[in-house]
Amino acid sequence: MDDAARKAYWRSNVRIVTVLLVIWALVSYGAGILLADWLNQWSLIDMPLGFWFAQQGSIITFVLLIAVYVWYMDRLDKRYGITEYETEVRHS
Amino acid sequence: MSDIQLWTLIMVGVSFTLYIYIAFRSRVKETKGFYVAGGGVPALANGAAIGADWMSAASFISMAGIIAFTSNGYSGGAYLMGWTGGYVLLALLIAPYLRKFGKYTIPDFVGDRYNETARLIAVLATIIMSLTYVAGQMRGVGVVFTRFLEVDTNLGVVIGMVIVFFYAVLGGMKGITWTQVAQYSVLIVAYLVPAFAISSELTGVVVPHIGFGEITAQLDGLQADLGVAEYTASISGDALRNMFLLTLALMCGTAGLPHILVRFYTAKDVRAARFSALWALFFIALLYTTAPTIGAFSKFNIIDQLDGTPVADTPAWFNNWADAGLISITDVNEDGIISLAAEAAPPPDPLPVPGQFGELVIDNDIVVLATPEIAGLPAPVVGLVAAGGLAAALSTASGLLLAISSAFANDVYYKKINPQASEARQVMAGRIAIAGAIIVAGYFGVNPPAFISQVVAIAFGLACSALFPIIVLGIFWKRANGIGASAGILVGFGFTFVYVLTTVKLFGDAPLTDPWFLGIPATAIGAVGMIFNFIVTIVVSLLTKPPTAVMQELVEEIRYPGKTALVAAHLAGQVDESKLHGEEGKKE
Repeated sequence: MDDAARKAYWRSNVRIVTVLLVIWALVSYGAGILLADWLNQWSLIDMPLGFWFAQQGSIITFVLLIAVYVWYMDRLDKRYGITEYETEVRHS
Repeated sequence: MSDIQLWTLIMVGVSFTLYIYIAFRSRVKETKGFYVAGGGVPALANGAAIGADWMSAASFISMAGIIAFTSNGYSGGAYLMGWTGGYVLLALLIAPYLRKFGKYTIPDFVGDRYNETARLIAVLATIIMSLTYVAGQMRGVGVVFTRFLEVDTNLGVVIGMVIVFFYAVLGGMKGITWTQVAQYSVLIVAYLVPAFAISSELTGVVVPHIGFGEITAQLDGLQADLGVAEYTASISGDALRNMFLLTLALMCGTAGLPHILVRFYTAKDVRAARFSALWALFFIALLYTTAPTIGAFSKFNIIDQLDGTPVADTPAWFNNWADAGLISITDVNEDGIISLAAEAAPPPDPLPVPGQFGELVIDNDIVVLATPEIAGLPAPVVGLVAAGGLAAALSTASGLLLAISSAFANDVYYKKINPQASEARQVMAGRIAIAGAIIVAGYFGVNPPAFISQVVAIAFGLACSALFPIIVLGIFWKRANGIGASAGILVGFGFTFVYVLTTVKLFGDAPLTDPWFLGIPATAIGAVGMIFNFIVTIVVSLLTKPPTAVMQELVEEIRYPGKTALVAAHLAGQVDESKLHGEEGKKE
């Protein structure tokens, strides 16, 4: 990768990570904690919605977030022609 | 011998024979294999292994009980969100880059990226944190043996110590990767079977995640009748702030745990590291979405079976656990009837008793293990759950002991004490460290400072205050330097460690002081320590010289997963130390 490609690759990486982390925070700290009281006016499968997010919904969302990240990064690597990865591991 | 004991022995015997067989088959002798399997572990298997490392006695034995009984119900969600949400941070911010960097352990990364001082503090923090974590596991093992072997708790813990020692010493990482896969399978089956069975028994709906709704609605009513807050009721004020901080500490702590991070080096490459994180969270989520349902089902059954029952008529499961000394009733109003109502509880004297629930005192750590008995499920299921609990405790303990052993053997013994040490001597030093760690952990297994999940939460707080900021800044901020990181970790971890030492019961009956920082409990204080660490690292880095140009280029290169020249040269040891760390940062 040349310098310009590296910059573009890193920008795309930072963008997807930022978007996913915003959702991550909104679901857990938002829906599960700070907004739970307000969300509890609605319910899902007989449970108040804020409670559901704290004990079920946030966990499900987390799995989906990582799935999107893995899929997106795989595509990004292909687009930038990264087919060979560093495989070495060493002690210092 | 009762049916339950017989089936417990059979289940434990069969599952452990399997683990030991696998460990023995893939035994390793050289140092490299002892710490990190030499690549080539498929992402799916690696994910399951991470899952087994992850799901300790805290997740398996303790968490559901903490959620249902320590609070009204809702705020226990901090544990659920905290111990899963951390994986998002790990997958997005840390795992791929550390894999690209290619060094075995977190202290290796810290030492290379920053300097030797930061490495040494990171090693000490890693050892202290891992020890705290292992202490929680020992308590878990103690609870299982006390109940199912009907031995004294102390003897139960000692048996556990011996098993854990042989486990960690025989296996090494490669063996452990495949035993961990087997352990994950056993413990997830053991956790899901009773959940599905109880859900269909109580609600007629097989899937516990749906039956959960009906039971929480009923619990809301029951708890209101007993004069406590509804199960699903939200919280406010300091309780809400503490829930927020606890969630934050657990999430960021996840991303700083050495025994989890080291697993990403067993992935073949950066791409496999990403997939490992995905599989790991998927496997973990299976248990974590089920745990709150188990807690709610059990609480419902316990209220249903005990409240209003004559003291002389307690069910068989109650008597079994009462014999083990882990559940008891004090008939405060002396009417011969058990009452779980809040007003029936004896006044706190002088401290509130953990697990007090009306006239009942229940050790929260027994809830999951007792669940199948309470629901009247057949003896093989009870045995299976006990075997799962043991697997959870032992697998995590062995993973952590390896982290301790590698930190001690490589970073303390080889680097600081005896640089001429042969490989065999290093492995021996590692084994001595394992033995020492088990003895300390055993003490706290016999004298538990808190419930398992709380002890483990404290370990996470220590990890998050020490490591999370300097790892993330090390990757995303080229300007972060060695002096900044050393100061940050010293302040953040130092504060958290002192706070824990002074506010947690370690010796005797009570802690030294009440929580002295805004009343924040010891379990959540790591989040505050982490913020201190971030601030100090950033400010001190900005006030001192930036890292060398070569170091900044190296940080640049770990952001690209493909092969790059400088990372390869660094791994091969071809980059000159003075170019990397500058003249003053030179290693001796």
